[in-house]
Amino acid sequence: MNLFRTSLLSLASVLLISGATSALAATEADYKAALAAAEAANKEAAGLRNQWTVTAAAIAAAKKAADTGDFDKAVESSKEAEALAKASIFQATSEKTLWKDMEIR
Amino acid sequence: MNLRSAIRLASAALALAALAFAPMRTALADTVDPVADAKAFRKFFTDKFPKVKLEDFVNGPYSMNEDMHRQWEEKEQFPPYEFSLDMGKEMFTKPFKNGKSYEDCFPNKGIGIRQNYPYFDEKEGKVITLELALNRCREANGEPPLSYVRDEMAALTAYMAFTSRGKPFDIKIPNDPRALEAYQKGKEYFYTRRGQLNFSCATCHVQSPGERIRAEVLAPALGILNAMPIYRSEWSGMGTTSRRFTTCNSQIRGVPLAPQDDDYRDLEYYLSYVSNGLPISGPGARP
Repeated sequence: MNLFRTSLLSLASVLLISGATSALAATEADYKAALAAAEAANKEAAGLRNQWTVTAAAIAAAKKAADTGDFDKAVESSKEAEALAKASIFQATSEKTLWKDMEIR
Repeated sequence: MNLRSAIRLASAALALAALAFAPMRTALADTVDPVADAKAFRKFFTDKFPKVKLEDFVNGPYSMNEDMHRQWEEKEQFPPYEFSLDMGKEMFTKPFKNGKSYEDCFPNKGIGIRQNYPYFDEKEGKVITLELALNRCREANGEPPLSYVRDEMAALTAYMAFTSRGKPFDIKIPNDPRALEAYQKGKEYFYTRRGQLNFSCATCHVQSPGERIRAEVLAPALGILNAMPIYRSEWSGMGTTSRRFTTCNSQIRGVPLAPQDDDYRDLEYYLSYVSNGLPISGPGARP
């Protein structure tokens, strides 16, 4: 019984460790998917003529990290870029009517 | 289908198209009132700063503070834009390779006309700024265009502004719905928040003139273009209107548009129109 319990614990530990490792280490494919999402959102912001400089900076940081093989950092920067681009889209869309609130009348 | 039927069909289609666009144009003319806008704009600033003389708004941050105004008066004894004025005069009068010069491209040989720019060109259906007109003049005479954000363009507009000093801005909106639309787009651009800092032009120049943003005192929007181009100590050089617009955008972490983009031209049209009647004071000097 003890031997069974030890084996079970060892197996669980191995599974946990391997699971944790796979959750932390991003792959090149993860990076490419995250970057594509960021670039698509930034392209939409460009269509609204409202890109942010910080989005471009985050995309550049993602590419730089990927070049050095740091895909964790590359995914993190890509996701940051996507969030910034989505915020710029929200801003451009909401300002289509909100600008009038600031107008001198 | 014979010829007569084809003509009738085409006429009907044209009439329908005209009917479809007519309400849109009427709606724009009903809702956009540049004269009322300019009146309200001026009132806002004169109410906010009752001690500032109307014609003094063109001096930007120097009109907001007595100490700064004294500094400006002293600066004007030996203005930092003087070298640019000399360069502009030389460039303006020097013939192009084909023997013509800038004088041939402008009314009154380009002297004392700054107050009429930008104007709405009804043939083209767009706003023409002074910087754009200068580059078009160069290109029409076989010369390469100048950068809109560098010293040469600033020198030319500095000279043209200097010859127009004291003349009141006289921007016209012709009876053309496209002109009204350009004006309205410029107004929308002015009040629209952009960039990660979520600032519009109005955030600084309507809500906060006279306040400090870091070490700078913000200028009021009324008369803000009358002093262009400007020598900025911060830039250690001259700046055109194009440079001012693009820099403002990047300072709020927005990607600037290309200089002389239609949106910037419309913005200049709006901002100049609401400062009608205030004197040209360019070239100016700013901290």
